[in-house]
Amino acid sequence: MTSATSQQTIGPFWHGLADEDWCDLTRFGGDTGERRPLILTGRIVDGNGALVTDACIETWQTSPPASDTFPGWGRCATNAEGTFRIRTLIPDDHPAQAPHITVLVHARGLLKPLLTRAYFANHPMNERDPVLQSIDPARRPTLLAHPVGEARWQFDIRLQGENETVFFEV
Amino acid sequence: MNYRPHTAGSQPEYLHEAYQSTRKRSPLQPLVRLPPGCTESSGPTFSPRHVPPIADMSKTADGREAAGQRIVVAGRVTDEDGRPVSNTMIELWQANAAGRYDHPGDTHDAPVDPNFPGVGRVFTDDDGLYRFMSIKPGAYPWRNHHNAWRPNHIHFSLFGPGCASRLITQMYFPGDPLLALDPIYNSIPDAEARRRLISTFDIELTLPEYALGYRFDLVLRGTRSTPFEGT
Repeated sequence: MTSATSQQTIGPFWHGLADEDWCDLTRFGGDTGERRPLILTGRIVDGNGALVTDACIETWQTSPPASDTFPGWGRCATNAEGTFRIRTLIPDDHPAQAPHITVLVHARGLLKPLLTRAYFANHPMNERDPVLQSIDPARRPTLLAHPVGEARWQFDIRLQGENETVFFEV
Repeated sequence: MNYRPHTAGSQPEYLHEAYQSTRKRSPLQPLVRLPPGCTESSGPTFSPRHVPPIADMSKTADGREAAGQRIVVAGRVTDEDGRPVSNTMIELWQANAAGRYDHPGDTHDAPVDPNFPGVGRVFTDDDGLYRFMSIKPGAYPWRNHHNAWRPNHIHFSLFGPGCASRLITQMYFPGDPLLALDPIYNSIPDAEARRRLISTFDIELTLPEYALGYRFDLVLRGTRSTPFEGT
């Protein structure tokens, strides 16, 4: 067995990967019919509270399932305000877990990606989600996106320090 | 899918003091382990039908040649058990021969090359093999500390089967004296793991009268073998 290749930072100049189309997971028409669009925005700050303006945010969701009209995956750069904006679809309800969107953060100063999840504040399934419930209640709010308008949710990420976002490993 | 834990020392920690940008961007709290079979066990797939390959970075789409030493880079992508990772996307980006990125944020006083956007994309074949053409990237200063220079490198981004196998790394070149001084390269604790980020010069890959060949193999995280599941 050979161990996995080592990670190295994405660095500040990863823009070659940036395709603005990839911020919109509904660009193939996946939001037609009963699918409800969702705009997930968030601001990323570091341990000094400084805006992280050179991050690459990737999102993944298994619900609704990826298809020809819905890639399930998105990528977005943070802007000069340290803010990302992804347009996607609201995940379907599931009997055993709360709806959530996986978020990967890559940036200069991150030698490997940071993995977190955006759950939806006040969703009734949050009380029964095994991952969310396993988190220290004091830190659990860092995993909640909050409604900020029609179909718009805010999910801020704090890389370090007070109210540091909960990050996961697989 | 149940991912195998990383081999000790094979991955950098988030905080690596010598790399200044990690100091305020690395989390202080321990990571929380997700259960097997979680959302993150799966991930996106990409097809060359939707994202066309850019396999020759050494010239523009209309044939204008970038400045610099032409190189061909090839290798194999496998998982930790040696199985080829077939038909997977590899994204590539790099500085030009003078050590400058085609990026508004790069203020290094070295010439921009209008014929070198420095972005590529290839897919592995059924055997996990990939190949692309480029030019050898230059070293550049990066202000991490006094007289700090990044070694020559090409950025690689791969996905593999799930978010858990996502890999972003850098390929280095043999014999580069800057490697010993580079905090990013040296953030990897294990010396053998570091060495594996250095490509190998390969005369067999080298194209006569045209381009130097470098071999660079990558390994993506694998899953536990079935017999051990649940143990």
